[in-house]
Amino acid sequence: MKRWLSKNLIKIYAFLAFVYLFIPIAYTMAFSFNDAGKSNLTWRGFTFKNWQNPCGAPEVCTALGNSLKIGFIATLIATALGTMIAFALGRHRFRGRSTVNLLIFLPMATPEIVLGASLLAMFLNLGINPGFWPTVIAHVMFCISFVVVTVKARIASLDPKLEEAAMDLYATEVETFRRVTLPLVMPGIFGAALLAFSLSFDDFIITNFNSGTLTTFPKFVYISSARGIPAQANVIGSSMFLIALAIVLVGQFVSSRKNRV
Amino acid sequence: MAFVAAISKRSSTVRGIKRPSTPYLLLIPGLSWLAMFFIFPLFTLASTSTQTAPEGADTGTYVQTFRLANYIDAFVASREQFLRSIIYALIATLLALAISYPLAYAIAFKSGKWKNLLLVLVVAPFFTSFLLRTIAWKQILGNEGPVVTVLRTLHVLGPQSGLTASAFAVVTGMTYNFLPFMTLPLYASLERIDPRTLEAASDLYANGLTTFRKVTFPLSLPGVVAGTLLTFIPAAGDYINATLLGNPKTKMIGNVIESRFFEIVDYPTAAALSFMLMAAILILVMAYVRRAGTDELV
Repeated sequence: MKRWLSKNLIKIYAFLAFVYLFIPIAYTMAFSFNDAGKSNLTWRGFTFKNWQNPCGAPEVCTALGNSLKIGFIATLIATALGTMIAFALGRHRFRGRSTVNLLIFLPMATPEIVLGASLLAMFLNLGINPGFWPTVIAHVMFCISFVVVTVKARIASLDPKLEEAAMDLYATEVETFRRVTLPLVMPGIFGAALLAFSLSFDDFIITNFNSGTLTTFPKFVYISSARGIPAQANVIGSSMFLIALAIVLVGQFVSSRKNRV
Repeated sequence: MAFVAAISKRSSTVRGIKRPSTPYLLLIPGLSWLAMFFIFPLFTLASTSTQTAPEGADTGTYVQTFRLANYIDAFVASREQFLRSIIYALIATLLALAISYPLAYAIAFKSGKWKNLLLVLVVAPFFTSFLLRTIAWKQILGNEGPVVTVLRTLHVLGPQSGLTASAFAVVTGMTYNFLPFMTLPLYASLERIDPRTLEAASDLYANGLTTFRKVTFPLSLPGVVAGTLLTFIPAAGDYINATLLGNPKTKMIGNVIESRFFEIVDYPTAAALSFMLMAAILILVMAYVRRAGTDELV
């Protein structure tokens, strides 16, 4: 018994860590089925009502729509800009490399509240009102670094021999990039886009500073937390969890199938 | 022979096409974005931080007077929250490390074919909203929640005392919310360790503990450094956990900056505090990275 325990101690520990990780998720999901009425604080009975009518609580879906719109636009721009920087850093030698590395690292080492406050200070100085586009601009700014780091890691893991082989087979530089390099880096770009979207969708602090009266989903949750969050917010939170999980699992399945061939 | 010559000639022209301007063209759009919306705002913030309100002006109107004493005033007024932010963030980082290291170790070395699935499960909780998770903790630890009910029945807690609205709840929330930032870099560095180095250690008569202390842990150090930084930085600037799970006595520097900005409309103090927070974090990070001896962070 004692031997078994010491042998499996780390597995038990990991299992407990997973339980800890999933407690609030289980709670959020359970309370999405709560027949809550106005405040979703105590259990009042099981119902599918919230899932059948996720837009039932006023403003939930407006907020969700804003978050999705901001997330998509910011992800698109940040992924494009970040991938270009990652290729420059991963595939080229040039002067000023370490400065670029520092510039990419700094936004990640800066607390969100400083990023949010400084952007708002600039917008106010320039006479620009906070709102939709200032929020998009802010989200692109803090997502770029994460895209660069993710894509750069993927580029660094590639075997340079594959590209050399393509060139030896008379592919031009453009062809090599389009038919060899880019497809190999694609999973990294896709992962970076997913990361950027989830960072943008979940952001509260920077958004709170730069969105003015526009409500995003996290902002809606924050504002309504004082008087009780409608169960529909739990429905949306749970759906986001399930959708993201499905995307990641399908991605894993596809890539493991590809590796087998 | 001609074939070889053709290849070498071709590859030399391919190298020749590679213009030295390409990397700069790739960098310009992204770096301009960062220059305009990250670097430039920091200068605006610096300029705001030394402004003062002119006599009899409306709220929110400030003029540049280069008053550096703003920094001293701001620090004196909120040094308590400053110190608290650093301490809470440090405790949360250490707790996150204690939870994440064995977890990352188990996934990297003990999970076999379940590795990828477990890795997904580490990240998965973080797809539900950060705020929903924090509010879930608030209700789980709340006075009507299961934890307090059980603890009160067991007489661990008195009938009047609870767990939320306390420093304990704030630190718990921070530990939970930044956990994947710790686990993923740890996993990445542990996974890179060649199992043969561990075998070599045991061949040289090192027991489990010695192997860990002399081989595994030193090799995972880059992950420890990256993970602690990625946890500490957002934790120190956070104010959501303190707002939702704390009480007026657990306010952090983020709360002060936020309320100076939006409630008191005191932009100069908010700006000065933001700068001091950034400086404090950068100094701590630099000192820590230098001690840990890893330069390549990104």
